Amino acid sequence: MAAAEKQPVTGAWILNGPLTWIDQRFPLVSLWKEHVSEYYAPKNFNFWYYFGSLAMFVLVIQIVSGIFLTMNYKPDAAQAFSSVEYIMRDVPGGWLIRYIHSTGASAFFICIYLHMFRALLYGSHRKPRELIWIFGVLIYLCLMAEAFFGYLLPWGQMSYWGAQVIVNLFGSVPFIGEDLAVWIRGDSVVSDATLNRFFAFHVIAVPLVLLGLVVAHIMALHEVGSNNPDGVEIKKHKDPKTGLPLDGIPFHPYYTVKDTLGVVVFLIVFCVIMFFMPEFGGYFLEYNNFIPADPLTTPPHIAPVWYFTPYYSILRAVPPVSISWPFSWHSQFPGVLAMGLAVIILFFLPWLDRSPVKSIRYKGALYKSWLAVFIVAFFVLGYLGTVPTNAWGQFGWLDNAERATVVARILTVIYFLFFLLMPWYSRRDKCKPEPDRVTWGGH
Amino acid sequence: MQAGAGPGDVGGALMLGRKKLLIALLTLPALASFSSRASESVKLDRLPIEANASDHLVSLQRGAHAYVNYCFGCHSASYMRYNRLRDLGLTEQQIKSNLIFADVKVGDLMTNAMDRRSAKEWFGTAPPDLTVIARARSSGAGSGGDWLYTYLRSFYRDPSRPTGWNNVVFPNVGMPHVLYQLQGVQTLKTEEQTLPGGHKEQARKLALEKPGTLSPLEYNRMAADLANFLVYMGEPSRQSRVAVGIYVLMFLGALFVLAFALKKEYWKDVH
Repeated sequence: MAAAEKQPVTGAWILNGPLTWIDQRFPLVSLWKEHVSEYYAPKNFNFWYYFGSLAMFVLVIQIVSGIFLTMNYKPDAAQAFSSVEYIMRDVPGGWLIRYIHSTGASAFFICIYLHMFRALLYGSHRKPRELIWIFGVLIYLCLMAEAFFGYLLPWGQMSYWGAQVIVNLFGSVPFIGEDLAVWIRGDSVVSDATLNRFFAFHVIAVPLVLLGLVVAHIMALHEVGSNNPDGVEIKKHKDPKTGLPLDGIPFHPYYTVKDTLGVVVFLIVFCVIMFFMPEFGGYFLEYNNFIPADPLTTPPHIAPVWYFTPYYSILRAVPPVSISWPFSWHSQFPGVLAMGLAVIILFFLPWLDRSPVKSIRYKGALYKSWLAVFIVAFFVLGYLGTVPTNAWGQFGWLDNAERATVVARILTVIYFLFFLLMPWYSRRDKCKPEPDRVTWGGH
Repeated sequence: MQAGAGPGDVGGALMLGRKKLLIALLTLPALASFSSRASESVKLDRLPIEANASDHLVSLQRGAHAYVNYCFGCHSASYMRYNRLRDLGLTEQQIKSNLIFADVKVGDLMTNAMDRRSAKEWFGTAPPDLTVIARARSSGAGSGGDWLYTYLRSFYRDPSRPTGWNNVVFPNVGMPHVLYQLQGVQTLKTEEQTLPGGHKEQARKLALEKPGTLSPLEYNRMAADLANFLVYMGEPSRQSRVAVGIYVLMFLGALFVLAFALKKEYWKDVH
């Protein structure tokens, strides 16, 4: 075994003795070196490169605040709503913990969306980083599940009816839908049984998977090395003597201090929202959710939380299917399918992009325009998902179709075309030549 | 997104000086007019809030008093404890002797004896618990306080309703106008208005037909006190939230300077 031959940790540090003892039994020093102090990252990371570490930071915030919430929360249809108010009023510091968790949920999605957008900008999903991207999309899926399960727990009207609507989506799957929906709920409607199992998923099942995926995401990243805003590989140019990438710097201390700065700036924004506008205008905490869940009263307008609304818009944009032959079938399933595909299509991104260059800095006008249109579509779909479909009134023509629905349909098509046409327009694009080394102005 | 302007937040709260408050209360349309075009979303009046902290506290105390006297019989506040009302500058003894009428302890939750099933028979719907109503009633149109303040002043006589009352802000509401002896009786009048530009519009106006025991100014103040109290009760920790937030941000500001200097120090080696 190699452990016996391992050298003692040298230096003046007072804990080197215990460190040597541990290191001879556990690969502490080599793990530290491999993933932190001797992990060479490109030196030209910009603003967009903060959101990976920030997402991890929010994950920790959510786990820690979540643990404290579970100490006082009661997953019981009769007590859930009042136990949340108990946390807000009677538990010392409870309001803080709860607002940390509710603000953190939205902050998590903001970080993840910006992190994913970074990949679209600089081609971080391209070869050899396809698996990093796939693990990332899986993390995103897990996060959606986590948010969905967690949103039921306060047991307010939006919790209840949001869950009802989303579980009913599964009910639209042909043949097995109804059974599937009952299997998910554990009942024929969202009820105490549903609340209990959603609690189990939210606090243990999904977080475990999430943590495992985050480890896989980072291990895959450290295997191939980080991409950078120029999209060129820093490993191509190594110092002939040391074998280290010329444009790389050790993650620690350079990126640990830089990410610390990022965390502090993030915390400032986070705390401004959490302390002074925790509802964030009804986007982070929906006003209707301060009404206890009432299975007998459907709210006039059911909207999911903002991070789901682009997909909710896609769902509503696709017309339901209605056939009478060979059997009578009326279903929202096409919309549900479109919504599912809108997420699933992300997995294929690394193979859809055929551009000779990775970074948007060297891509041509075609990719830039498509990306811009895609982002606009994503935002407008997101907005439309928060309002009723009649929000913009009706056209005086087009059979008096609802304006918002027509716009959502056009944007849904654009959303998919961005991906489906990518093999064509990314290859046809007039790209600029990539530089040999990263471009960096220094500080 | 509506960043900064989250209704019900410090930034969005209407802070008025005492003199201005008086003017606001006087000039606030006791005869509020509601456009029929916006039949779904009635324009809400802004809840006047005392800028002076001790005046605000007095308003909250009056609101608590009005709540236990006029609302609490039907509307529980069952996530709230009586002794939490010490936030309003009251002692436990004052709470016991002025605000507790039932045989309960000062640490108990503010529940009432209303039987939900009978209540449902009487009113068509059980009177909701009002602990967090101010938060639930927030919307793009205004804060929950604005809604409550407008709602309490918008009841009118409507013989077509089983209770004989209706409300402009909450059409076909189950609750009769409990405070009508104080406010008096309002009726809803529809008038044709000519807008600048020649458009004609149906405008609905509330008119005070029979005065109550309070003057319109006094009644508006009472509605404001009640709404203020309900806003407080919706989130009693709000005051400490804002106070703690300021210290946390000051700390983070200092931490930012350190983190920035540290980053600069290390990164000066990177060329």
